Amino acid sequence: MTASQNSVVEARGLGLTFDTGDGQVHALSNVNLTINKGEFVSFIGPSGCGKTTFLRVIADLEQPTAGTITVNGRSPREAREQRAYGYVFQAAGLFPWRTIERNVALPLEIMGYSKEEIGQRIHRTLELVNLTGFEKKYPWQLSGGMQQRASIARALAFDADLLLMDEPFGALDEIVRDHLNEQLLKLWARTEKTIGFVTHSIPEAVYLSTKIVVMSPRPGRVTDVIESDLPRERPLDIRETPEFLAIAARVRDGLRAGHSYED
Amino acid sequence: MTDRFRDKLLPVTVLLLGIIALWYAGAYAMNAPFQRDLDRRAGETPAFSEFFVRTMTQPKPTLPAPHQVAQNFFENTFLRKVTSSRSLVYHAGITLSSTLAGFAIGTLLGILIAVGIVHVTALDRSLMPWIITSQTIPILALAPMIIVVLAAVGITGLIPKALISTYLSFFPVAVGMVKGLRSPDVLHLDLMRTYNASRWQTFWKLRLPASVPFLFASMKVAVAASLVGAIVGELPTGAVAGIGAKLLNGSYYSQTIDMFSALVAGSIVAALLVAAVGLVGRLVERGMGGRPA
Repeated sequence: MTASQNSVVEARGLGLTFDTGDGQVHALSNVNLTINKGEFVSFIGPSGCGKTTFLRVIADLEQPTAGTITVNGRSPREAREQRAYGYVFQAAGLFPWRTIERNVALPLEIMGYSKEEIGQRIHRTLELVNLTGFEKKYPWQLSGGMQQRASIARALAFDADLLLMDEPFGALDEIVRDHLNEQLLKLWARTEKTIGFVTHSIPEAVYLSTKIVVMSPRPGRVTDVIESDLPRERPLDIRETPEFLAIAARVRDGLRAGHSYED
Repeated sequence: MTDRFRDKLLPVTVLLLGIIALWYAGAYAMNAPFQRDLDRRAGETPAFSEFFVRTMTQPKPTLPAPHQVAQNFFENTFLRKVTSSRSLVYHAGITLSSTLAGFAIGTLLGILIAVGIVHVTALDRSLMPWIITSQTIPILALAPMIIVVLAAVGITGLIPKALISTYLSFFPVAVGMVKGLRSPDVLHLDLMRTYNASRWQTFWKLRLPASVPFLFASMKVAVAASLVGAIVGELPTGAVAGIGAKLLNGSYYSQTIDMFSALVAGSIVAALLVAAVGLVGRLVERGMGGRPA
């Protein structure tokens, strides 16, 4: 299990087969992928292509049945035990009985930070996601977009260099989504984290990523890995430039190629 | 105000009046044969109105009329010293103390059992059938045994009665809490896993707070069951004191009016207990950021 100094996630020949009632489902098959430090990697593909499963394997929430994977040069389990990553789920998943600040404090309490440290981190991370002033609110008092921002703050509150995001904006409307995408890029630039981001939106993937992993279903596999040469500084209207559209077209081609065998 | 009157007060009042009317009709029908008997032996033939009044004023009626119960209840609640053994407040207090003791122990026991079932696979497999079986044994059969066995080892008074309450009240709490402790979303459990949280942390920070609404729902059932247990527990103790004792005494001496007013006292205590648990539940829920309804 050798990993280069720079790589955060290394998957080699990774496979995962679920045994369901009526036969086996090949959620992942022979996935080879490297995520380097500081990259913003998007996973895109139709449902059932294993993009979420891959993220969950990195997070030690699913166990692979073939191949190897390392996170920070260790097994996913060890990485999880060292709290190497923050995970943002599709739903905000805030605890309804905790205020926003107590929700952000949750991982910090579990990881045994001091009261003083927790207070500082709450302040800092809520500022990072523009939720200052909402510390004492309960989740139901916030909009869906704000709740998801709070859940990002929760994942940023402790010192994990890797941020795993599973369709975090999937349930939000497009205007809110654009806004959050812009904020996420700024946040990525400020924190220099490595981000793994699952989406099924082509513009979102191209807008956010330095690397786009195109996946296809049955069996779930990687069909294309696209290195984006867009500048790191990205205003929203970059989405109308020819460079952007060229990458989007390549992603679309990759997605179509993955589907062609069904016709 | 008028809306409230039309939506709530009016239907309730109409229903109540209907029940009272039915009750009077029933009282007349059930007390009439004995009254006829009395009149025949006395050689009297009263007019219907006189006869009707007589069926409503018997000292030991088969079915006492509502006003007889109300009068008895009023006298024995408000016109007697609370230390007097004729005071319903005194008897209700005795029953209440063993109800609350049994309820407290039962709730605690139910929570402990639920925690065990949720966290230990062996208990999950083995305990539940026994718990369910325990509730199929009629409490009326079991109560005297508990009283007698405990008396044989020198334990009398509040404890045996409280234990019968415990026996009835731990069950709804255990069942409700098992469901409550298992109620967190998979997402929340996954989240705790990504933090590498210990089982203990997952319990305190996720499972327990998530189970609170379930706890109060089952505590409402449990507190009513506790009261039933306390009353049943008073029957075989020789009927010294308590609402159960009043009921038993009333049946020994055919004091039907006393029995009914003891029943009224019992149901008022039950309603107050359930309402109190509900109130505490609402306060706790508000303290936990519940959305105001």
